[in-house]
Amino acid sequence: MLNEIVRHSIRFFVLVLVQGLILKNMDVAPYVNPFIYLLFLMQLPFDMPPWLVMIIAFITGFFVDVFYGTIGMHMAASTLIGFMRSRILKMLAPRDGYEFSAQPTVQDMGWSWFLTYAAIFILIHHFCLFYLEMFSFREFFSTFLRVVISGMSTMLLVVVTQFLFYRSKKAL
Amino acid sequence: MRNLLVFLVRNYLVLLFLLLEGLSMYFLVQHNVFQRAAAVSAANSFTGSIYETRSNFTAYLNLKDQNVMLNHQLAALLNRDRGSFIAFNTATTNVNDTVYRQRYQYLTAEVVDNSVTLRSNYIILDRGSKQGVAPDMGVIGASGIIGIVREVSDNFCVVMSVLHKDTKISASVKKDGTFGQLLWNGGDYRTADLIDLPTHSKIAQGDTLVTSGLGDAFPQGVLVGVVKNFEKKAGDKTYTVEVQLTTDFRKLKHVLLIKDLFREEIQQLKQRVNESDNNAK
Repeated sequence: MLNEIVRHSIRFFVLVLVQGLILKNMDVAPYVNPFIYLLFLMQLPFDMPPWLVMIIAFITGFFVDVFYGTIGMHMAASTLIGFMRSRILKMLAPRDGYEFSAQPTVQDMGWSWFLTYAAIFILIHHFCLFYLEMFSFREFFSTFLRVVISGMSTMLLVVVTQFLFYRSKKAL
Repeated sequence: MRNLLVFLVRNYLVLLFLLLEGLSMYFLVQHNVFQRAAAVSAANSFTGSIYETRSNFTAYLNLKDQNVMLNHQLAALLNRDRGSFIAFNTATTNVNDTVYRQRYQYLTAEVVDNSVTLRSNYIILDRGSKQGVAPDMGVIGASGIIGIVREVSDNFCVVMSVLHKDTKISASVKKDGTFGQLLWNGGDYRTADLIDLPTHSKIAQGDTLVTSGLGDAFPQGVLVGVVKNFEKKAGDKTYTVEVQLTTDFRKLKHVLLIKDLFREEIQQLKQRVNESDNNAK
């Protein structure tokens, strides 16, 4: 249990710092802004109570906002995804529920489950985030393009981290 | 009463969600109104030191470009230095200049934090009210305009970059003085749009654009960009110009803040006009 908390805390710090110090300053192409800190929220345990997930998401959003200088924006988007998470999990649950020791990772749940989960998760978050940033529907389609392209880049990073950090663990 | 409690307990999750979401929205709107005051205080205390450390590292990465830019700046300044001129007619030399009065004062600053990837980008500089920075001051670099100061704390200020959804800067075509509004439509940080340029302008590709001096923030003639393309959209009476910005917003390091010494006088004058307008109503 304690081990678990330490692991999640480390993931929190690493991902928030990577987000705030590296990805914020990365400019691959216009419209590409990945938000890898979502991976931390995605990988919280299945059996964590929804209210706790929401509060953690709220706090995570705050720290990202501090780095981005946009107090409120990531907070709002993360809180929304923290709220939706339990619903998404319920929707995607296998017929006899999640196994006791399973984690929301590729190795435990398989590629098709994980990709669906990540795609829904990222899309809801990015949608909320980019329209809040614009704060109007004035440039609806160009904002929508940002949602889709940034979402794909986040997805790519999430998948790559799954390859990097989780496949080797299975071999052990 | 009991029913209310039951309702609260049953829907605690939705209520908690509404509470947290409402709080976020409050912060978001509040910060739109007070223009990032919260972010400035955060830049001061929490992230300030982290940013400072990082910028110490990253400063090395583009030292070469910075040196070239500083060199250009130095050359430009030397060109204006008294030592670079000779007096043709000593009779007109006037030491106590009563004709020209200094209007703009320049203050150097360094970029502590910057972004180009968002729809609304801000820049944080290491100068604040203790060094004489005030909101609405213009910010320029060696190669052109950068933005306008929005919020000031003791030792830092937040600059609304040209790359911001609300930035509107009056810019004119250098050769004939016709002017329009400079906007940024998101996407590429190297290009912006100049709108409302009258069609009698003799604009051509490659023309230089400079600030018109009509706003509060910039003196006339600061470099803005180069005309990349222009068109008259069907139904419009004006040109829309695609502008190649001369400032490289990715490589900002040393910048200048512009203080208008007559700002207060102009503001007072405007206020008087507003008041007499209101009285007339």
